[in-house]
Amino acid sequence: MKFVRWLADIDRRIIFLVIAVAVVIPLLLPLGMRVKVTPQTESIYEEVENLPPGSNVLVAFDYDPAAAPEVHPMALAFLRHCFTKKHKVIIMALWPQGAQMAVSALAEVGKEYDLEYGRDYVNLGYKPGGDIVIKSLGASLGEVFPKDMAGEPTAGLAILAKVRNLKDIDLVMDLSAGDPGIPAWVRVANALYQRKVAGGCTAVSAPQFFPYLQTGQLVGLLGGLKGAAEYESVLAYAGKASRRMDAQSIAHLVIIVFIIFANISYFILRRQREEKREGPRTGPAASP
Amino acid sequence: MDGLTLLGTWIAALLTLCILSFLYKDNPFYKFAEYLFVGVSAGFWIAYNYHNLLLPNLIDPLKGAFVVLLLEGRLDFRWLTIIAGLLGVTMLFRFFPKAAWVSRYGIAFSVGLGAGLMFIVYLQANCIYQIWGTVKLSPVVITEGPGGQHFDWPTSVSNTLLIVGVVSALVYFYFSKEHKGVLGSTARLGIWFLMVSFGAAFGYTVMARISLLIGRMEFLIDGWLRPAVIAPIQGALASLGLL
Repeated sequence: MKFVRWLADIDRRIIFLVIAVAVVIPLLLPLGMRVKVTPQTESIYEEVENLPPGSNVLVAFDYDPAAAPEVHPMALAFLRHCFTKKHKVIIMALWPQGAQMAVSALAEVGKEYDLEYGRDYVNLGYKPGGDIVIKSLGASLGEVFPKDMAGEPTAGLAILAKVRNLKDIDLVMDLSAGDPGIPAWVRVANALYQRKVAGGCTAVSAPQFFPYLQTGQLVGLLGGLKGAAEYESVLAYAGKASRRMDAQSIAHLVIIVFIIFANISYFILRRQREEKREGPRTGPAASP
Repeated sequence: MDGLTLLGTWIAALLTLCILSFLYKDNPFYKFAEYLFVGVSAGFWIAYNYHNLLLPNLIDPLKGAFVVLLLEGRLDFRWLTIIAGLLGVTMLFRFFPKAAWVSRYGIAFSVGLGAGLMFIVYLQANCIYQIWGTVKLSPVVITEGPGGQHFDWPTSVSNTLLIVGVVSALVYFYFSKEHKGVLGSTARLGIWFLMVSFGAAFGYTVMARISLLIGRMEFLIDGWLRPAVIAPIQGALASLGLL
């Protein structure tokens, strides 16, 4: 019973310490645990695979460094896939720091491919306005982004020569950490302009986007670090997300164990309290 | 790693440790990092919004128009820009209690514009598509297979659960009649579906928080300890011939 009481009153700092150890050890000693690929990840992969080479893929970097551990590996994996399939990648951001995150992702992925700025990819930068910006893209991309992130005119860029507006985009991939993000792209790019929209988001926001999958408003969804690891897995390369999933899985196991123990101790102590309140059961209660 | 990157890495690592120290208990290091973060964020956003919003959309066009007016003597004002700028300025009247009512014009305009532009797409994407997505589901799904038609029970069970879940959860939020009898039982079933969805959301939230912790731990190990602490020590020891 002492152990149960100790479990019930355990210092939260011990829990933090155990979680920290559970996270650090797999980072130092990777276990190489497998990740099962879900249909919503598979469908994004299939969508990119089935596009003819040279298709226009718009990637919206709608996240900031705070969400980078989860969303940035998705960006790296998705860009790799697009560049491998020789698609034209048009990057923009509805989040101020998103454009900078794209620069970081391109610096990492770009060196693996023979890419030319303006021909194979373009970073249009940040544009404030959320839904309104997407709606304006439906009319004219050049008017919304007369200049790219570096301040150069977009008019002469080869990649945008055949892209007048959103209707010339074959697939939209939104990497989102909040608002504006996936709902805005679904509302405007999909519902209004009937564009195919795929999404990658933080795990916190993933459950609210599942209804969009069932209705086909999203062609696929990468949810949190696991979604990123799944995409790396389907591309058959071990990136940052796959490495981090070992720590994630072990930490989850530890949390599950804590939840089970906490519930056991709670129910045992509750029963004990009830027994104390009712008194010892020696026989049937006397009638009044 | 060059000197500036090394300095940046050390600052980032120490600030991370300051923030994590709160897990032990509240302390001055945590407070310092917290206040620094709030201050730097506020400064960053002011500068960012000035350079990315005000400057290209308002100040630069107006400056250009003034130059044209002074040099060529003709009016080249973009009146829509001026009106938008004035509406923006009205919002600042919130700071003056006696004239705070002026701010209502700017707010009313932006709310009206947003509502007008987005009403239809909101209705279409979040209401009509979702209703259609549920209505079109069939609780009995028959699929064609190599051996002819067969009952697709996983899809059928999934569709049935979805239909029952949506209807019962909606019934829970129907407050015009007391939740008794069939209505009460359906509402209680709705609570179960809601609880399962909250549980799934909580599970995803835990996953997100652990991912962020992993990101920081990875930075501390691979971004700071290995290149900025262990490597320089090894280098120093090697130069002294001790390694």
